Amino acid sequence: MSPETLIAAALVLPLIIAAGIAVTGWQPNLREGVTFTGAGLLFAVVILLTMHVAGGERPELYIGEAAPGLAIAFKLEPLGMLFAFVASGLWIVNSFYSVGYMRGNRERNQTRFYICFAIAIFGALGVAMSANLFTLFIFYEVLTLSTYPLVAHKGDAAAKRGGRIYMLTLMGTSIGLLLPAVMWTWVLAGQNLDFVQGGLLAHADISPVVASALLILFAFGVGKAALMPVHFWLPNAMVAPTPVSALLHAVAVVKAGVFTIMKIAIFIFGPDLLEATPSREFILWVACFTMVVGSLIAMTKDNLKARLAYSTIAQLSYVVAGAMLADPAGWLGGSLQIAAHAVGKMTLFMCAGAIYVATGLTNISDMKGLGRKMPLVFIAFLIGSMSIIGLPPFAGAWPKYELMQGAIDHGNVYLSIVLIGSSLLNIAYLLPIPLLALMPPPGTKEPKPFKRPDGAPMPTVVAPLITAALCIILFFAIGPVSKFLAPTVGDRVEYIAEGGQP
Amino acid sequence: MIDAILNAAPAWALTHAAPLLVMVPLFLAPMLALVPSGRIAWLIAVIATAVSFCFSLVLLGLVQTSPIGVVSYEIGRWPVPIGIEFRVDALNAMILLLVTVIGLLASVFSWPTVVAEIPKPKRALFYSAFLVCFAGLNGVAITGDAFNLFVFLEISSISTYVLVALGAGRDRRALPAAFNYLIMGTIGASFYIVGIGFLYAATGTLNMGDIASRLPELAGHRSVQAGFAFILVGLGLKAAMWPLHQWLPNAYSYSPSFVTMFLSATATKVALYALIRFLFTVFRPDFAFELSAFTGILMPLGIAAMLICSFQAVFQTDVRRILAYSSVAQVGYMILGVSLGTTEGLSAGLFHLLNHAMMKGALFMAVAGVVLTYQGTTIRDFAGLGRSAPWTMTAFAIAGLSLIGVPLTAGFQSKLQLGFALFDQGLWWAVGLLVFSSILAVIYIGRVLEAVFFQPPVNPRKTRKEAPVLLLVPLWILALANIYFGIAADVPFNLARDAAAAAFGVEAFR
Amino acid sequence: MMEFLLERANYWVVIVLMMIGLYITFASQNLIKRMVGLGLFQTTICLFYVTLGKVSGGTAPILFGPDAVEHHAAPHGPEAETTHAALDAAFAAGGEPAGRFAELANTYSNPLPHVLMLTAIVVGVATLSVGLALVVRIREAYGTIEGDEINEIDLETALAQHAEAEKAASEAAA
Repeated sequence: MSPETLIAAALVLPLIIAAGIAVTGWQPNLREGVTFTGAGLLFAVVILLTMHVAGGERPELYIGEAAPGLAIAFKLEPLGMLFAFVASGLWIVNSFYSVGYMRGNRERNQTRFYICFAIAIFGALGVAMSANLFTLFIFYEVLTLSTYPLVAHKGDAAAKRGGRIYMLTLMGTSIGLLLPAVMWTWVLAGQNLDFVQGGLLAHADISPVVASALLILFAFGVGKAALMPVHFWLPNAMVAPTPVSALLHAVAVVKAGVFTIMKIAIFIFGPDLLEATPSREFILWVACFTMVVGSLIAMTKDNLKARLAYSTIAQLSYVVAGAMLADPAGWLGGSLQIAAHAVGKMTLFMCAGAIYVATGLTNISDMKGLGRKMPLVFIAFLIGSMSIIGLPPFAGAWPKYELMQGAIDHGNVYLSIVLIGSSLLNIAYLLPIPLLALMPPPGTKEPKPFKRPDGAPMPTVVAPLITAALCIILFFAIGPVSKFLAPTVGDRVEYIAEGGQP
Repeated sequence: MIDAILNAAPAWALTHAAPLLVMVPLFLAPMLALVPSGRIAWLIAVIATAVSFCFSLVLLGLVQTSPIGVVSYEIGRWPVPIGIEFRVDALNAMILLLVTVIGLLASVFSWPTVVAEIPKPKRALFYSAFLVCFAGLNGVAITGDAFNLFVFLEISSISTYVLVALGAGRDRRALPAAFNYLIMGTIGASFYIVGIGFLYAATGTLNMGDIASRLPELAGHRSVQAGFAFILVGLGLKAAMWPLHQWLPNAYSYSPSFVTMFLSATATKVALYALIRFLFTVFRPDFAFELSAFTGILMPLGIAAMLICSFQAVFQTDVRRILAYSSVAQVGYMILGVSLGTTEGLSAGLFHLLNHAMMKGALFMAVAGVVLTYQGTTIRDFAGLGRSAPWTMTAFAIAGLSLIGVPLTAGFQSKLQLGFALFDQGLWWAVGLLVFSSILAVIYIGRVLEAVFFQPPVNPRKTRKEAPVLLLVPLWILALANIYFGIAADVPFNLARDAAAAAFGVEAFR
Repeated sequence: MMEFLLERANYWVVIVLMMIGLYITFASQNLIKRMVGLGLFQTTICLFYVTLGKVSGGTAPILFGPDAVEHHAAPHGPEAETTHAALDAAFAAGGEPAGRFAELANTYSNPLPHVLMLTAIVVGVATLSVGLALVVRIREAYGTIEGDEINEIDLETALAQHAEAEKAASEAAA
């Protein structure tokens, strides 16, 4: 099949899946079957596209002009392909997990849930494959709107409040900051919004003040990247059921946000303009601030999902920091973090969900000694934690290494110090959970009997184990992945050869 | 498609499309007053609006294929400066198309609401008044004579007062609302006529094109400037320009649902068209006093409308009042676009005019559907309707998202163009205010959508059902138009751009 | 100073009367009085136009004397066509009937404003009748024609409706 057809298939397939779910909603097993088959097909399509991109092609699909000069078009390049790969691949795992969780917890409105999920994946793929800022903005908003029913799924007062804050923050930042930034870019770039290798605005004559203002509008306008102070939608969105938190808030929604920032840094600003923009340092500083403060707040939270939420906020800033470093190491680190954090955080969230379904517990202080009864879950949690902390041989080690290298190369040494500090804080707030669960200190009370007699449903245990395994596999796959990303982020070897410090 | 229509039309239609567009509904109206049955009156109204719609398509085709981009029809064969002329160029062809389409869709959907809201003996008279209003609005859009514009303006306005007052069957507050509207509307029209008097005194002619050719040497005269001011105020009042908008919220809230839908999509737009015609074609923007009026009067008033009325919309509890205040805010957006004085600004304003008619038309139609089955229009009454009236409420949601400006809807496209036009002029602070009022729109529409889809019904024992098919079909046509023109906006955008070019007197089609 | 006032006496009268009309419309609460003010306002506009039409030294715009066209001897048939054709040609020749106008021996006032004001008077009558009909219906529905009393009645009704809605909601929740 030609690449264009594949791109169209990748976009249309989630919508067909959504329609299929709507039609088969009355028969749960059939409905779940639709989701799995569809997700599998989608992943196959994405793999084929990845092979094309790895071979050096840049497939394009041009849909049409929405208005003169504003085209809806898709163009694949390695970074977008990575995001699409992660999102569509983890969708399969997450669907498997969702089945176990939703049925185990006897949630209502499951059909609406799966439909919105499919539409959200559609949005994520659209963001990943977009060829210009206009298309990206459209799918960015599709993602926001389709995830709102997922966040407010439970329908009670807390869920509605969380959903309201989610919508207002995300719509507010995207309409209030991102949209003006897009319009401004259009005017500055001479009525063009395409993603261009080397930067769309690289040849436009813009003063540093204008570039700074534009960068700040972009950085805070992309609310999904959860830079402080526009981060508070994330903890509030934890009222959603755990599959939602797992896929969307560890993988699709937040990754769409940081992916957008990476795309803007690489393809709109370009390395030279970004280097010359004064507010780049400011955003870098904000990212560091978010890392530290997010981790500190995470330490104070006893609710497991809240702690993981703040951890996500801190980890996302790694990508933003990488984007702002404006050199190949930083960009490579940021891109790798997209993948590594996705698998790591997803593991953690899925474990949290499994614990909740089985025991009804949400607070960490109640989970001491639970590992004896749920050993597999907590081993997966341990692996995920170590990936987040950044220890080899787990996936999270590489992004941290690249970021620290990039920071030192670039002269922003404080970033490496912050990264080290963040790792220490990660240890402090993540490691105690599985360790205390698996090896409780003597004298700990026996945990209460399970809410659900059979323990956690099988899918909810297997899924985190799969992603935990991916954490390890990704560590060893770093070579091919870096080579795959090299055309976008720049070749580290070349950069060093040109005179950057090793 | 335009060529197909032109080829299919008979010769008499091609020659006489302009006056027939206005005359057919105007002459059918008094006949309707004599018809005994409301249903026959409804059918005749649908036919009349359909005929006018066909004529407007013919006129659009004629304008687009004409070598000078203008179709001129002399009434009674009196030559132009002496006689009254119906003059159609790209600007009013677009407005005529809009008014006739909305009139047709509105008449089709009207029957169930009229049965529910208007007492039986008055239904034929209701349709008669509607046709008079429709003819009047088309006449305002089509005429090339300043005084004739006043006549048609008053024809449409007086029938509007009657139409609004007929809502008294359901809520007696429609009567004082109609009375206040009458007072304010008449004052507005009278200001307009005073302005025309000044212009006539200065130039000696009433034909708009002729006045335009005579004004340049008279630009310094006090009478011309006074005339400009009076016309601006008069037409601004009819167009619900802030702060002359006070008649609108009450008039839209208490009138019959059909009337609200029709008026919100057409009446203020036509008055805005008249204002644009005077600002750009008759008084050219290069006059110094006019430029200062743009930046000193129109722009602040447009921004004030955007912000203040969006704020007021947030605090309302009745859904129709929310939409009414939102309409004034949206007119503010259009005036902001107009006040830039450039082709991009004007085309953005006109583009928003087209899209807003689609959005508000769909929203008010959906509200009419709710009123039909449930009678209440507060947000509390709307709670839980997403489950019992899914078709109506989904269309409402689509139009609501379009009003907010979500991508893939028509509202997003026009807000984007407006933003581009503002950025082009360097008015980045105005863009900031534009997005701020969009965020306010998120709040006031979001509240209603949240109640509809995420709250349980307040009184579950009250029966609630879906709106009838006759109402759903035009509603969904408008809702889907919002999405279609949000994705492929070239047709309305090109219409608006050509209209803007025509307003400046530049030949639109080469 | 006196010349300034007297030269523009008509405009002064128009301004004064218009403002009186507007003031009555805005300030009075009685609906009939508001209609009266509106009528005064509209009639003053008629006055404005008519005074605009007056030409100094001009008489009523009816052709007489040497200007009158001899219509009782007017030819019918083919000669009528030529006369009409000549008139048409004269109109078409200049943008204004310059040729014909320059030939006139007497000075006439401009008849066009009068004609326009006939239309405006008709519009005014229509507005007045609709307004009065509305006043009658308001009287039937509210029992009063004072604007402030109507507002009070509406406010009371709204409060009562609100209280009723609250009661219904709490009953439904119970």
